[in-house]
Amino acid sequence: MSAVAIEGVWKFYGDYPALRDVRLEAERGACLALIGRNGAGKTTLLRVVAGFSRPGRGKVQIFGNEPRETETRRQMGFIGHGISVYDELSAFENLMLYAKLYNLPNPKKSAMEWLERTGLERVRNGLVREFSRGMRQRLAVARAFLHEPTVLLLDEPFTALDDKAITVLQKLLKEALAAGKTIVMSTHQLREALELATHVALLNRGQVAFHGPRTPEMVSDPGYVYARYGEG
Amino acid sequence: MGFFRQALVITVKDLRAEIRTKEAINASFAFALVILVLFSFAFDPLEDTTRDISGGLLWIVFAFAGTLILNRSFARELPNDCLDALIAAPISGAALFLGKSVANYLLLLAVELVSLPVFGIFYNVRWTTQFWQLMLVLVLGTWGLTLIGTFCSALTVNIRLREVMLPMLTYPALVPVLMGSMQLTMTLMAGKPIGPDMVPWLKLLAGFDLVFTAASLVLVEIVLVG
Repeated sequence: MSAVAIEGVWKFYGDYPALRDVRLEAERGACLALIGRNGAGKTTLLRVVAGFSRPGRGKVQIFGNEPRETETRRQMGFIGHGISVYDELSAFENLMLYAKLYNLPNPKKSAMEWLERTGLERVRNGLVREFSRGMRQRLAVARAFLHEPTVLLLDEPFTALDDKAITVLQKLLKEALAAGKTIVMSTHQLREALELATHVALLNRGQVAFHGPRTPEMVSDPGYVYARYGEG
Repeated sequence: MGFFRQALVITVKDLRAEIRTKEAINASFAFALVILVLFSFAFDPLEDTTRDISGGLLWIVFAFAGTLILNRSFARELPNDCLDALIAAPISGAALFLGKSVANYLLLLAVELVSLPVFGIFYNVRWTTQFWQLMLVLVLGTWGLTLIGTFCSALTVNIRLREVMLPMLTYPALVPVLMGSMQLTMTLMAGKPIGPDMVPWLKLLAGFDLVFTAASLVLVEIVLVG
């Protein structure tokens, strides 16, 4: 059974098909990099996979279950364009909030552990609105990994990260892959993404233009997939 | 984690955020105060007719001021895309809605309780005569107002003109609650207890609250995810 199975998914905004018959799969332990120009449908696809919006046609399954099922949501971690943490709460309060919502056995211990892993333990009681951008991004990473998800959905995770946050995220993603977790990420940062990816899918105007294993050519020349399979 | 504990986590989060920023509650209380003062200029507090309609005026103030709190309810989740994280979390939309509704309810009740003495002074009304019955009406009427407002806040959260759309959707749906609350409050402000002739209005309020609590909890998942 695939960890993530996208079967003939269409998504319409009004009459416009943002996704057209998308079929993709990611096995357990795979890292699928979704690439494509702006407006290709990467974010829409990730939102459908995460269960934030329902497809017009087709279906998405996470380990054979619907994305909106409670148990499926417990297995998923999502990093979107926003950091999804509250400016008015402290770093610790934010992680405690999500630890409680995910019903973790020891919310305080999990929150403290992830504050340490992301280098935020010294500012744990500081309000997020007082944090630098890099610190906020690291907290967002801690928030997404807090409940040890088995499927990670990342929408342009490296965008606007500082060096430290990129290092933290890459380390965590490598550890996640080594632990057999599945990653689906959309990205424009091809070099960072292709370093991690086991598979690549190129989206073009809502359709899959290419889907296959990552090859050495892709790593040595990040523009290879666009040049070979893209539309100019 | 149980449904009610999930809702409680959301309530605590919303209240903590609001207490730190005081964005909605300050605006709501200031607005309530301004309308109370303005209305007191428009209606002579010494006239009997003013006291007769004072219950109605009071609920208009609560409905207007309440919109400022309710409008922030789901909009608070937008700046950092926090709504996505809440929708992704393994909690039901109903728990999320209930948690937010309870937080809004407590904030709205706080504004109302602070506004009441001000109202008593400006309109020369002895609002404490039937204190506990008035509290009952306040509790029921405010829950109805909160439910509809929070539901419409969820409905309009992704709309660009949500500040305009929220009152347009909320006020028509509030007509039964406001009618019941106004009728009962006007009686109580006149110093009379809720008699048999007023019981149907009380039943209307309680019924409205029950039906809309159930309907909102069932429908909110569709509103949030589509």
